[in-house]
Amino acid sequence: MLDSAVSIFTAGRNMARLMEGLWITLEISAVSVALSMIFGIAVGLLMTSRHRFWKIATRLYLETVRVIPILVLLFLFYYTLSRNWGINLNSVVVAVLVFTLWGTAEMADLVRGAITSMPNHQRESGRAIGLTEAQINRYIIIPQAVRRLIPGVINLTTRMIKTTPFVFFINVPELTKVGQQIVEVAGMKNYMASFWVYGFIFFLYFIICWPISKLSLHLESKWQN
Amino acid sequence: MPCRTVLNIIDLHKRYGQLEVLHGVSLEVKKGQVLVVVGPSGCGKSTLLRCINGLEPIDSGNIELNGGSITDGKTRWNLVRQKIGMVFQSYDLFPHMTVMENILLGPLKAQGRNRAEVEHEAEELLERVGLLDRRDSWPGQLSGGQKQRVAIVRALCMQPEIMLFDEVTASLDPEMVREVLDVMLELARRGMTMIIVTHEMAFAKAVADRVIFMDAGVIVESAPPDQFFENPASERARKFLNIFQFTGVTKEEQTDEKNGSN
Repeated sequence: MLDSAVSIFTAGRNMARLMEGLWITLEISAVSVALSMIFGIAVGLLMTSRHRFWKIATRLYLETVRVIPILVLLFLFYYTLSRNWGINLNSVVVAVLVFTLWGTAEMADLVRGAITSMPNHQRESGRAIGLTEAQINRYIIIPQAVRRLIPGVINLTTRMIKTTPFVFFINVPELTKVGQQIVEVAGMKNYMASFWVYGFIFFLYFIICWPISKLSLHLESKWQN
Repeated sequence: MPCRTVLNIIDLHKRYGQLEVLHGVSLEVKKGQVLVVVGPSGCGKSTLLRCINGLEPIDSGNIELNGGSITDGKTRWNLVRQKIGMVFQSYDLFPHMTVMENILLGPLKAQGRNRAEVEHEAEELLERVGLLDRRDSWPGQLSGGQKQRVAIVRALCMQPEIMLFDEVTASLDPEMVREVLDVMLELARRGMTMIIVTHEMAFAKAVADRVIFMDAGVIVESAPPDQFFENPASERARKFLNIFQFTGVTKEEQTDEKNGSN
């Protein structure tokens, strides 16, 4: 039985292709998560703004991205843009764009929640000891907001990583897509192919997401006070 | 005895929309004086304190600290607030910092003072309130009364000229009220200038140099504690004080009530 596994992973460039797929998965995840964090913080701060325009604009953005399925967004940017406006984007670029659009909206809402859930008397206590608004943000509000953010951010990160297989619908050869191709070929002679290949893919996703999850638990217990 | 005027409030008006919470309040606090402000809920006493250190903008009138106006629109509040210590009703320590870090934040960041010097002062103050052994504790590990004592130390460590206390024992369990009031009594004895808003009448009587009775946004009465508590001049003050009295209720009345209700 193990022979069947060995034969699949040693056949042709199978292992190399899986690693290439893993690399693309990691690339899309890392870039979109990083961009989402940066833009999400900015948009989240705008959401707490007192200006009506920013409130409405950010709300609209968040709700729009939330109600449209990721797959529809991917098709929209990949096919519709090129067919109707002649904008041809590389499929990896489209993937990063769509994931960032989604991640930014979710991140922004987390940031907004972390800031608005801060009791007002924390800010007032800071004022009462003569701190400037900038110092209050730096020493009191932001450190506490970050602690409140961590669980949500970790959750969002693993969700984004787990959602990347969707990009195979726009022909990005990421991990799951490569696995499917290998199973299609090998599966004709080897009935254990899908078990081994998808099992291996499961293991790869697990070793990416599990440490992130552990990190979250570690930080939470460290900051429990 | 009291001489120099630390704080002078002249004809202060404060409105929330249509509701006028302070309706022409004037008040003078001399150095070393302890003023206790009492009155029914919503009478404007907390708002008065919040106006003094700029947490609420005022609508008209003037507040002077050491003879200089702090409500002329040019005030840099972060500097003024270093001279006005304030302790709130809610336990308002910063939960992500230890007791010592809480106390040091203002002196180090707002005042830019020397760490060793401030730490030494903080330790002395903690000793005075009996919490030196909790210097490295987190706020979450302290009781309500301990948190309030740390909050008082945090304000004191700024070396303020006047301290404002806004119902600091109101959300404490009864057995913890005393430890906080004792700290305030000791401060008063050492000559700290203070304005205290409280519902603890026995404490008010013990600590006050002057009692201010407010109702509906105005100062109704301002008198030495003996006079105010024994013989209030106004009907409103008498009614207010009666809420805290049980001497008029005799055993028989209680029994009657019990029988009546059965």
